[in-house]
Amino acid sequence: MNIVLLLAPASLLIALVSLGAFWWTVRSGQYDDPDGDAARILVHDYDETPGDDAP
Amino acid sequence: MTVIDTDLSAFVAAAPEGRGRVELLVRGARCAACLSKIEHAAAQAPGVEAARLNLTTGKLTVILRTARGGNPGPVIAAVEAAGYPCSPFDPGAALAAQDAEGRRLTMALAVAAFGAGNVMMFSVPVWAGVFGQELTPVTRMLMYWFSALVATPCALYAGMPFFQSAWRSLRRGKANMDVPITIAVLLTLIVSFSETIQGGPHAYFDAAVTLLFLLLIGRWLDHQLRIRAQGAARDLIALQAPIARRISPDGLEHGVPTGEIAVGDRIAVLPGDRAPIDGVVESGASQIDNALITGETTPVLIGSGATIYAGALNLSGRLVVRATARSEDSTLANIARLVEAGAQSKSRYVRLADRAASLYVPVVHSLALGAFLFGWALGLGPREALLRAAAVLIVTCPCALGLAVPAVQVAACGRLFRRRVLVKSGAALERLAEADVVVLDKTGVLTEGRPRLLPAMPADIAAAAPLARASRHPLAQALARAAGPGPVAEEVREVAGQGVEGRLGGRGARLGRAGFATGGEPTGAETELWFAREGDAPIRFAFADRLRPDAVRTVSALKARGLAVLVLSGDAEGPVARAVEASGVAEWRAGLTPIDKVAEVERLARAGHKVAMVGDGLNDAAALAKAHVSIAPGTAVEASQSAADLVFENDRLMSIVEAIDVARAARGRALENFGFSALYNIIAAPVAILGLVNPFLAAIAMSASSIVVTLNALRMNWAGGRA
Repeated sequence: MNIVLLLAPASLLIALVSLGAFWWTVRSGQYDDPDGDAARILVHDYDETPGDDAP
Repeated sequence: MTVIDTDLSAFVAAAPEGRGRVELLVRGARCAACLSKIEHAAAQAPGVEAARLNLTTGKLTVILRTARGGNPGPVIAAVEAAGYPCSPFDPGAALAAQDAEGRRLTMALAVAAFGAGNVMMFSVPVWAGVFGQELTPVTRMLMYWFSALVATPCALYAGMPFFQSAWRSLRRGKANMDVPITIAVLLTLIVSFSETIQGGPHAYFDAAVTLLFLLLIGRWLDHQLRIRAQGAARDLIALQAPIARRISPDGLEHGVPTGEIAVGDRIAVLPGDRAPIDGVVESGASQIDNALITGETTPVLIGSGATIYAGALNLSGRLVVRATARSEDSTLANIARLVEAGAQSKSRYVRLADRAASLYVPVVHSLALGAFLFGWALGLGPREALLRAAAVLIVTCPCALGLAVPAVQVAACGRLFRRRVLVKSGAALERLAEADVVVLDKTGVLTEGRPRLLPAMPADIAAAAPLARASRHPLAQALARAAGPGPVAEEVREVAGQGVEGRLGGRGARLGRAGFATGGEPTGAETELWFAREGDAPIRFAFADRLRPDAVRTVSALKARGLAVLVLSGDAEGPVARAVEASGVAEWRAGLTPIDKVAEVERLARAGHKVAMVGDGLNDAAALAKAHVSIAPGTAVEASQSAADLVFENDRLMSIVEAIDVARAARGRALENFGFSALYNIIAAPVAILGLVNPFLAAIAMSASSIVVTLNALRMNWAGGRA
């Protein structure tokens, strides 16, 4: 039973990390141009600033 | 757009480190190849440091090396040379495009999803306890404390959009849909805490956060719909490029945003351009087409000293105009004020979901209050009574209201969007479904809005065509279109406002106004063009604005759906009568001013009708704003497009009928969903009052009702191709 006290916080921590990662993707504008990001992978030039509107 | 020779430095905004930033709207970019072609073309233009295209919005952001004196003209030229039409955004409009609210809603949705998902980890053991599995009270309390730890911060963060909206609404003394949501969430959290502290068996932390998650899906969908439609509407307007060519004292032309024109500025208006502001012609002579302003189809000859209004299309000669008013307070200000007044009357419209909420809120809240008071009076004790009241609020949650309507409207608008009909908001769709009178404008709506050659002798057409092909005048171009490709006359000279002259087979020839071509007086009511060749008798060509090919079908389809059809036009009686007769409309009025049109729409509204107005001209803008719901074609002037609720970008008038069908179907679906949730609440509320609800039942009931409602909404898309 005591193991729950360890596992529950651990799993919450992992979920929090993924929430933080999602927060970062929203903040860095990765959902602002889904079509463009899909197309850019086919362009030869290396893309320095993914998702950022201002180059 | 021919802006290569024009200085556009007014469109450059300052960027960090002394650089300049320009936003351009690029059309036609679809794939990776387009993207790299456009970015390369732009990056190699002089003065450009970097360029980046957003393929989703079609916006090209260009960073120039210097903000001062930076000129985006060459960039536009380079991108257009690569084959993509392109126009600059007004710097103010570009900045407003940042979607801060969208990002906040996305984060709230993510946090609610995180909370709803992870709280399950602790809810499932509790549910197991409900079904007789081994669960000691201590373990249950531990699970509830974990739940509280996850759900409370999540619910408070994710609920912010609802709490704020409810607070705003309460301060105005009204209760919108967000009030019951806020009360339900907050009361649930408070009761659950008190139960957990006292070691009670039921706590609803999971319900609070799951409720918010489901509602946020609806809210997020509604927001996406609005943003996409607004963005598309803004792009349409940017394409009409409100650039004015201001002539500086040294005689150079600079392209500036129309908003920057001051009284007394001299502005060049080239043939084919629209006048950006009201003004007086200083030099030059030309014919202008006022169709978008007054609805008149006959071009008007103007020379120096004449007044020209913003939106007039310059047909034949270069004009220099002195501005008599800033763009904000021109004679258009009158129309603009009417538009504003109309928009305000529209914002008073109460949305379907809020109307349902105004019925639902008092019922549910008095039920909850009743459960609490009666329970206490009948000896349940205040704690159990409060728990039951909270259970009533949870199980009768307004999921169906919050999710059902946006889901239906997103599906419906998506369907119209694929047919290039743009719906600006979900509320517009609701209003369209209620319309019972359709008011049509003539020029540009019932008709194509441009002249066509009436039947003439093929030999005559062929004789005049070489001269017609050399002119940019719409009548000459209509003649050239009728003739098809062929030779062009020699030594052609365009006489501004009069016509063209040139040599045909060694003989001098003229095509244009009667006085110019033949020296005689104009004849007849129709728009005409005369052709005269040395030694031959002059030939007259007549033109008329033709009905849209699907006008008759549209009018009869509207009538078949029980809608009354009415034509209100600013054009003269003759052309209106012809068009109306041909299209099968019985009721019409001609020669109306913009104010008359508004009065007519108001008269219909006072008589209890819900008016759907379809118009494209500036003279329609005020009536569009005043009408219950309004539709404009994509060729309409900026003011009309912003006043309209729907914009159809294709050439088909039948789009109106399709939009009405889809709107009515959507309304039907939304009402079905309300019916379903009413039924569900009739069953759920007594169950909750009797104290039969446990956290497991609450969770199942809530998700099940939301899923049913969403699936019903998706039938909008499954209903096949045609409505």
